[in-house]
Amino acid sequence: MKNHFGLFSQYAIGVLFGWGLIISGMSNPQKILGFLDLAGNWDPSLLFVMLGAVLVGLAGFYVLSKKTETFLGGAIDLPTRRDITKPLMIGSLIFGAGWGIAGFCPGPALVALGSGHLKALVFVIAMLVGMEISDRFFTGQKISPSDKA
Amino acid sequence: MQIDWLSFTPIPSLLGGMILGLAAALYALLHGRILGISGIVSGLLHPQVDDFAWRLTLTLGLLTAPFLAAFFGIFPIVEIDSSWLAIMIAGLLVGFGSQYGSGCTSGHGICGLSRLSPRSLAATLAFMFAGFVMVFVTRHLLGA
Repeated sequence: MKNHFGLFSQYAIGVLFGWGLIISGMSNPQKILGFLDLAGNWDPSLLFVMLGAVLVGLAGFYVLSKKTETFLGGAIDLPTRRDITKPLMIGSLIFGAGWGIAGFCPGPALVALGSGHLKALVFVIAMLVGMEISDRFFTGQKISPSDKA
Repeated sequence: MQIDWLSFTPIPSLLGGMILGLAAALYALLHGRILGISGIVSGLLHPQVDDFAWRLTLTLGLLTAPFLAAFFGIFPIVEIDSSWLAIMIAGLLVGFGSQYGSGCTSGHGICGLSRLSPRSLAATLAFMFAGFVMVFVTRHLLGA
């Protein structure tokens, strides 16, 4: 029963996150590019998305920091690393470059795919290939899941 | 720099952002994990016995979100102007970079900053910087 609730909760949180992306405008690549275009006609909306998200997120993670297990009674498995490494920085720069080309990051790309956009499907397939290249040739899957942000 | 007042949507963006934060907070409080979309999706490529089902259900949640939003009369705006080639290159870079850099806009940007993680702050500054540079190059130097 608990397991079923857990899966339902995973699904519902996926939907909720997707709605957040839709309502905030982040599911629209043109809006992301408008934010990234500092030298052009700049749309600051994304700053407000981050502000809203981090305000609520801060409260949530603060509550969690006082607990030894989750509200479902499971283990808390959060990243513990604090070191700023070369792969972290190089990977993030490459990620940002790709983000700046098409205005898509992983979440919004999945929402756009769910809205039936063929280009989003191509993006998601290419993204999975990119992930696999990183796993297979660069990190060798040595990163444990809990070290991921 | 000039502000694009016609596109600027402070209220929906703040509200939508709060929903994103709520989803991330609920995920942490109920499941004890970071709501990082790139990490959750990439785990599907190498499933372990106990994690395939939940990774898939969460991904399906994202995929069906637009369909379920339509019941409330909300339809996502998705404008994709990039060429097929640009889309493919962007996807490769986003996939590789988020995996090699251990996170994307959700994991580092939303969750990491909410946890005051120095790693995630560094990652977020790096990918924002690269995004700004890339758009400057493609829109203003190459004039695409």
